Amino acid sequence: MYKYTQEQLDSMKKVEATRQERLNNLFARMSADEKQKVLKENHPDYIDSAYEELKVGPNKGGKVLHELADLLQGRSRVLDMDLDLTKPDYDVDVLVIGGGGSGSCAAIEADNAGAKVMMVTKLRIGDANTMMAEGGIQAADKPNDSPAIHYLDAFGGGHFAAKPELLYKLVNDAPDCIKWLNELGVMFDKDKDGTMITTHGGGTSRKRMHACKDYSGAEIMRTLRDEVLNRGIPVVDFTSAIELIKDVEGKVAGAVLLNMETKEIKIARAKTVVIATGGAGRLHYQGFPTSNHYGATADGLVLGYRAGAKLLYADTLQYHPTGVAEPTQIFGALVTEKVRSLGAQLVNKDGEAFVYSLETRDVTASSIIRECRQRDNGIKTTDGEGVWLDTPMIEMIGGEGTIEKRIPAMLRMFGKYGIDIRKEPILVYPTLHYQNGGLDISADGMTTNVPNLFVAGEAVGGIHGRNRLMGNSLLDIIVFGRNAGKSVGKVYKNVELKELTLDHVKAFDKELKDAGLNPTKLSPQLLPNYTIQKDI
Amino acid sequence: MEKMVNVFLFGKKYEVPASLTIMTAMEYAGYQLVRGCGCRNGFCGACATIYRIKGDKELKACLACQTQVEDNMYVATLPFFPLVKQVYDIEKVTPSQQIMMQLYPEIYACIGCNACTKSCTQDLNVMQYIAYAQRGDHEKCAEESFDCVMCGVCSSRCPAGISHPQVAELSRRIYGKYIAPETQHLLDRVKEIEDGKYVELIETLMNKPIEELKELYNNREIEK
Ligand SMILES: Cc1cc2nc3c(=O)[nH]c(=O)nc-3n(C[C@H](O)[C@H](O)[C@H](O)COP(=O)(O)OP(=O)(O)OC[C@H]3O[C@@H](n4cnc5c(N)ncnc54)[C@H](O)[C@@H]3O)c2cc1C
Ligand code: FES
Repeated sequence: MYKYTQEQLDSMKKVEATRQERLNNLFARMSADEKQKVLKENHPDYIDSAYEELKVGPNKGGKVLHELADLLQGRSRVLDMDLDLTKPDYDVDVLVIGGGGSGSCAAIEADNAGAKVMMVTKLRIGDANTMMAEGGIQAADKPNDSPAIHYLDAFGGGHFAAKPELLYKLVNDAPDCIKWLNELGVMFDKDKDGTMITTHGGGTSRKRMHACKDYSGAEIMRTLRDEVLNRGIPVVDFTSAIELIKDVEGKVAGAVLLNMETKEIKIARAKTVVIATGGAGRLHYQGFPTSNHYGATADGLVLGYRAGAKLLYADTLQYHPTGVAEPTQIFGALVTEKVRSLGAQLVNKDGEAFVYSLETRDVTASSIIRECRQRDNGIKTTDGEGVWLDTPMIEMIGGEGTIEKRIPAMLRMFGKYGIDIRKEPILVYPTLHYQNGGLDISADGMTTNVPNLFVAGEAVGGIHGRNRLMGNSLLDIIVFGRNAGKSVGKVYKNVELKELTLDHVKAFDKELKDAGLNPTKLSPQLLPNYTIQKDI
Repeated sequence: MEKMVNVFLFGKKYEVPASLTIMTAMEYAGYQLVRGCGCRNGFCGACATIYRIKGDKELKACLACQTQVEDNMYVATLPFFPLVKQVYDIEKVTPSQQIMMQLYPEIYACIGCNACTKSCTQDLNVMQYIAYAQRGDHEKCAEESFDCVMCGVCSSRCPAGISHPQVAELSRRIYGKYIAPETQHLLDRVKEIEDGKYVELIETLMNKPIEELKELYNNREIEK
């Protein structure tokens, strides 16, 4: 049994007392106006003081969070290096930066097209946000559903801001991507007759969430990794890209690579580059804990920005409504939305429901913040505060055994600390989860203004608009990862590289100085620092 | 005052808060991690760790990011283990027992010591899933091994030199591709899309003014 405080235990009793009643009377959905209000008053994206204006670069005048501004306008490591670009250590057709799901898909498709591909990744292939996705992946493949309905759900959920041509691709290619994964051997949850077991996610109007228990991302990632290795695609691990290289004509032409352990520098020359570096949770925007992996530090955005690529919606982040609030050892870790899809409700300290469980993520997260900050109905925790997520309801609805069968990772994660989620509710609070914005691309995956620079996955901005629905990100990394791989597989054939240069980095640095900035912080960030700084 | 405990990282003693995990304790002690740290949340298997509590005979294995420190814990991380992964073409393998014999013959040298199961950081029945693999029962092997994070601790303890996580990966892919029932509604939908059935529908939506889309969105029918 976990050592809850007396206050927490008393509150837990109230949750139990109202359970049956809440099960019978679902909390009503919000109207459009109510949603606007709760977002404006509570969502971290609306806190002006957290933002600043960019002084240089393609998005000059646009606003981003301070933490990102510091990096976008940070100091490049290569300025202090004396590099010979004429003798590259690697020479390839396609350089994929990032060994997560989108990078792996791009590598596989480029390999299919006959290109000489190389993948570099900061940690190991698969040490990535993709590995951690629990809930599932959307695709409109049931008879009562269609890509058009999927389009409307995603467009509305993203506040009508998605780039239509990207969203079109996302929903229209979705079923084919599920089929592709299935044929690679991904074990989707299916009924005996082969029908996919699908559920709702926040903001879906049809049950189109496909899953592999609550190891959906892990099952997809390990299959993709196995496939990359089977194909003999070289994976240079523990190696980060720290700057993009261009040729004298302004086309992207490779990257400067840093060995994370030995600090050795290598030069990769490449006819095309795919940025697949994922998200930014480890920047801990506005002090939030995060659900992201260790290497999620927005590097791709910095690399692209310095090379002249535009950002889209980089000011909007997703705070997942249910990060772990207690126990402290796993503070900020994700409690998958599937827990709510299966019937668990959000409940305040008095045992009252306060929001319909499956509103879109931004609305749900804002409602939790309101419940705690405005209404003082939260429960104190070791690291702050939280609300209850009433997990025992899942088995009242789905029957005994549902939790073990459908969300085993959750059962295990809490079980390690003596909490049996089948019997007791858990404490949750929003956690920094997903980078909604990123580099601006066209439907072929290429950045809108840097030739031969492609982007896929969470590093892209615009696919989802200003908020993303659960299950559409795993989908986007497959759709746009493959798409980028297919595009570079064609493009590289007609690329002739000229002399390589890092002049754009020097020019960017000059711009910084001209704007009165003299940054000392090195960027990209690469890894967070959680050690206690000891100066020697 | 926060309660403190003594942990021995690679044999050296550090005093750390008792509430930390092994991973955060290492950081507290001053290690800036590169290897041995991936997802920080129990999914990637990067942080395999072996430990012994002083005076205890038993050697334990765990994921450093998922395990709280204890007093007098002697910790050694296992950030890499040389697993053997055989290369194969998923399009050409057959869902048979032969494939195991060809690619991973060492599984038939299992001596049944059960050290793999005892050391599994996910509490899986590893020896059992290897037994299923031996018989070519890919379905059961896939099911039993499903929660594997491929940390490699089992293999580090195996006297027969088996790379259990890789054997299981092969079985899962074979099951997912060849044995799990086909999904007809998926094949149908993919065909419809190839035939361009939804192009017009989506394009009509794309061309509507935002106000109209808002109307549609706010009043859309939601499946129960
Ligand atoms: C806990 C969690 C649960 C989630 N659940 C779901 C879900 O249920 N459904 C859903 O659709 N989505 C979910 N998501 C979101 C989704 O998993 C991610 O958005 C998606 O997998 C990102 O894939 P990616 O390939 O773009 O990035 P990643 O998978 O993060 O891969 C990026 C890779 O690039 C590497 N890298 C970074 N910088 C550099 C550099 N400078 N040089 C070299 N390599 C670098 C990283 O280390 C990493 O390996 C979840 C995310 C998290 C964190
Ligand atoms: S760091 Fe991924 S399992 Fe521990």
